[in-house]
Amino acid sequence: MTGTARPSPARTGFAAGARVAAGTPALVLAASYVGFGGMVRDSGLGLDLALFSTLTAWALPGQIVMVELHAASTPLAAIALAVALANLRLAPMATVLMPIVARPGRPAWRLFAAAHWIAITGWMLTMLHAPARPRDERLGWFMGCVLTLWIASLLGCALGHLAAGMLPRPVSLALLFLNPVYFMLLCLQDLRDRQRALSLLAGAAAGALLHPLVPGWSLLLAGLGGGTAGFLLARPGRGR
Amino acid sequence: MIWSASDAYLAALVGALATYLWRAVGVAVGSRLDPRGSLFAWLGCVAHAVLAALILRLIVFPAGSLADLPSAARIGAALLAGAAYLLARRNVFLGCVVGSAAIAIAAAA
Repeated sequence: MTGTARPSPARTGFAAGARVAAGTPALVLAASYVGFGGMVRDSGLGLDLALFSTLTAWALPGQIVMVELHAASTPLAAIALAVALANLRLAPMATVLMPIVARPGRPAWRLFAAAHWIAITGWMLTMLHAPARPRDERLGWFMGCVLTLWIASLLGCALGHLAAGMLPRPVSLALLFLNPVYFMLLCLQDLRDRQRALSLLAGAAAGALLHPLVPGWSLLLAGLGGGTAGFLLARPGRGR
Repeated sequence: MIWSASDAYLAALVGALATYLWRAVGVAVGSRLDPRGSLFAWLGCVAHAVLAALILRLIVFPAGSLADLPSAARIGAALLAGAAYLLARRNVFLGCVVGSAAIAIAAAA
């Protein structure tokens, strides 16, 4: 595995990550962003804004919240809080990703730069695939994966904005539904890990209970409550 | 205070900052924690729980035009997608196609 004649490990990883992303994941994400592009247009905002938001934020649930609240003339501080609450998951997600992609002795700025592309699809794919690769390929794997997904998102977003109003309603609803269904199926792949499975189930149950009661805070509370429940329930069986 | 369409960029920028903030916090914490420790395991559980709660919200309590469909249609479509995925030997693509097709049919009916 020393690979003296091979391209650098980062490149090998990058290509492998891009290959995994360039199928169903990129298609699903592009389709989901078609829905977002259409929504931005429906809110009376331009393609430039749709692309700007996808370039700078690239976390769909928060972007949807931002556009909806902006369309409802919500004060800026309230938009910031709502987006922050919708995207809170990114912090623990980034934390768990670090031991997989980080290498001792490498400068931290690379990780802070790469962090911009942490979002559900790329995160789940990296968590599923990267641990099987050599450590020096993993950050490259992540970047190849997420940059492919990012480009697919931007293309889908532009297409959605341009084609808004041209799609029949059943088609646009089907596109909007793709994203949650895809995330759900990705989670099903994760159910073999007992601790993750219990946390997912507890989080879903807590969410079902809390969303109607405290819509703004339900993700935070369901995450803390469900995660703690999953953690405690899985404890006796831990230690593989 | 009322914000007009000209403030859309400001809203998008604020949204992006509120998003990156969490990523940076997560990286900072993740680089300092022992990955074998309990705190780390707990954070992993929280990440998965928030994710599940978010997916459930997107399916059962969606914002936007999906909310126009009855929740039975959305929940039924999600269950069909899960069944198709499992029957097709964990084929994610097929599960997505079945789930979305079910929504399209429900919306057209």
